[in-house]
Amino acid sequence: MESIAHYYFNVSVMAEAVPGLMKGLVLTLALSAATIAFGLPLGLGLAMLRTTRRRVLTIPIVIFADVFRALPPLVILIFFYFALPYAGFSMSPFLCVVLTLGLCLAALAEEIFWSGIIAVNRGQWEAAYSTGISFLPALVLVVVPQGIRLVIPPLTNKVISVTKMTSLASVVAVPELLNQAVTEQGFHANPSPLTLAALMFLLVFLPLVQLSNHLERRYGTIG
Amino acid sequence: MEDFVAAFLNVESMQVVMPMLWRGLAMTAGLTAAIVPAALVLGLVIAVCRDLKVPVLGGLLRVYVDALRALPPLVVIIYLYSGLPLLGVRIDAFATVVVALVANGAAFFGEIIRAGLESVSKGQREAARATGLGALQTEAYVVIPQGLRRVVPPLASNVVELTKATALGSVLALPELLRSARMGQSIVYDATPLVIAAGLYLVFLWPAVRILSRLEHRMHGSRTG
Amino acid sequence: MTAVSSPDPPGVVSSRVDVPHQVLPSGVLLEVRDLRKSFSGKVVLAGIDMTVTEGEVVFIIGASGSGKSTLLRCINRLEEATGGSVRFAGTEVGGRGTKLNRLRQEIGFVFQAFNLYPHMTALGNVSLALRIVQKLGRKEAEALAADALRQVGLTDRQAAYPAELSGGQQQRVAIARALVLKPKMMLFDEPTSALDPELTGEVKNVMLGFRERGMTMVIVSHEMAFAREIADRVIFMDAGRVVEEGTPTSVFGNPRETRTRAFLARVAA
Repeated sequence: MESIAHYYFNVSVMAEAVPGLMKGLVLTLALSAATIAFGLPLGLGLAMLRTTRRRVLTIPIVIFADVFRALPPLVILIFFYFALPYAGFSMSPFLCVVLTLGLCLAALAEEIFWSGIIAVNRGQWEAAYSTGISFLPALVLVVVPQGIRLVIPPLTNKVISVTKMTSLASVVAVPELLNQAVTEQGFHANPSPLTLAALMFLLVFLPLVQLSNHLERRYGTIG
Repeated sequence: MEDFVAAFLNVESMQVVMPMLWRGLAMTAGLTAAIVPAALVLGLVIAVCRDLKVPVLGGLLRVYVDALRALPPLVVIIYLYSGLPLLGVRIDAFATVVVALVANGAAFFGEIIRAGLESVSKGQREAARATGLGALQTEAYVVIPQGLRRVVPPLASNVVELTKATALGSVLALPELLRSARMGQSIVYDATPLVIAAGLYLVFLWPAVRILSRLEHRMHGSRTG
Repeated sequence: MTAVSSPDPPGVVSSRVDVPHQVLPSGVLLEVRDLRKSFSGKVVLAGIDMTVTEGEVVFIIGASGSGKSTLLRCINRLEEATGGSVRFAGTEVGGRGTKLNRLRQEIGFVFQAFNLYPHMTALGNVSLALRIVQKLGRKEAEALAADALRQVGLTDRQAAYPAELSGGQQQRVAIARALVLKPKMMLFDEPTSALDPELTGEVKNVMLGFRERGMTMVIVSHEMAFAREIADRVIFMDAGRVVEEGTPTSVFGNPRETRTRAFLARVAA
């Protein structure tokens, strides 16, 4: 019992670790924000392109979405970070992570936005067309707003999943929260910083999980 | 172009690392086989406990589920790996990954299945109880069969996610597929092992993702007027 | 029987429905010739001939599956015909060079399911096409929209969302949405079929008002009593063909064809 408290909940160690962890938290939040800002609009844009039904566009988009949903994000990250240099590209670790997670989010979001868009009643398209409105304005002003509203619960879920993956950045030495916690742990020879970091993760993500629960209850979909 | 092939699709490198990659694939498959069924069963138990509103346990499980859905899986893995030995628990990398991902997976499955069970109408339960079935029997024969069927798409989606999460084992130097690819890379000094590993992941998971897409499109779309 | 209204002097905001005056010399607004349509092998329209003159109100009746809705939808090209021709105000609807969007603004279409945009207010629904296609400014578009809503009796519900309106009100908004574009002709596809019986009156009254002001209308509906009130001509369709046409009195009172008689008997029963 005593050892648990001493090892896992050592308040003095935690206190010393706080500055380092705060720096890590900031980076975690920055990674999350950048990922969302990159991935969501990209996903929406791809879904909208898919409505044109031109195979030249839809086939690459579907392949992209499939590949980035089938590969483990860590594999993609390792690939961007360690493999691309062989082709002459090298990127900062931060950028690698944002690129990886952003593309993963875009792939997931594209599928979700797409299912929302095709779920909008055909009559909506026809109503717009019957008043002389053409395809693009109909898509942007009538169909997409409704499509997005339909899929907010699953979308929120995926956004949460992907932002949790920012902890993968620790693998490529980005000093985000997990990485900092491991460092502090090594420094103090005590895992309490990890406990603190876990609590900080909970602090950030638990409200999001509750929000997601609430949305699912209200709008009715699961998963 | 030639440089590209030499760096990414090097045939000689391929021959050198293939045995290693096959072993890695076997390990990944082993992890998946150990984790997914356990997480599903545990998730079902959690869901039933919560659905039956078992006192005390139900509340604790709710905290557990929310917490493990909020924590990144990698954090759970590292926490267990660093922390458990200090408690005198001797645990190897394989077991750590399995325990962590089962805990994580069960939380997600538990939530999904619970929502499915909840969606089964009260009338169904009342009809069963009225004919004398006990609470657990009602769950087993009436509620679970209906509730589970409704949530197959999100369950399948999370099974895929869990399978992908096995790659996190590489962080603990577990010789699963990704780690084997990295080790191969340090032997042949090109990106071919990673490319092959990615290809292997795709071979197994792409079909699953395709099917999943179909199921999800129908599900997300089914709520419109 | 066809009242043609005289145009207002320009610049006057009319309290009546505006009916533009460009018609062909013979007064024919719509000419459908040998129209054919198949859906994956199944023939829905087997050669329809129909003419509508300006100011006429034509009522189309028939069993479900007879092709009446498809006919209407081919007129504004919501469906592509597989054969034959549709000429509206001298322009070939199915033609390659046809400016379809312009044309569609001249043909108002009212759907059975209303199809209002749920995320916009009544005013927003009605003014959208004005802003997007006619490129009017917001104030101007909203003023015209408000006027159209007034003409269907919904001035006080401009700011309401479709979910807040009754079925009859929604359909009237849908009518205003088509009306605001100043169409030369209005098509109604089962306008009251999705409404509760007590709500159909308000929609029918709007349509009767249009008739009084000389709006050319083609109405697909199974409300026979209404046909007697509003129609100049009734067309009975069966299995993708026009079987009989004439005035309401003659078609309902004295049908020539056996199939017409059979249909009317079934519906009356």
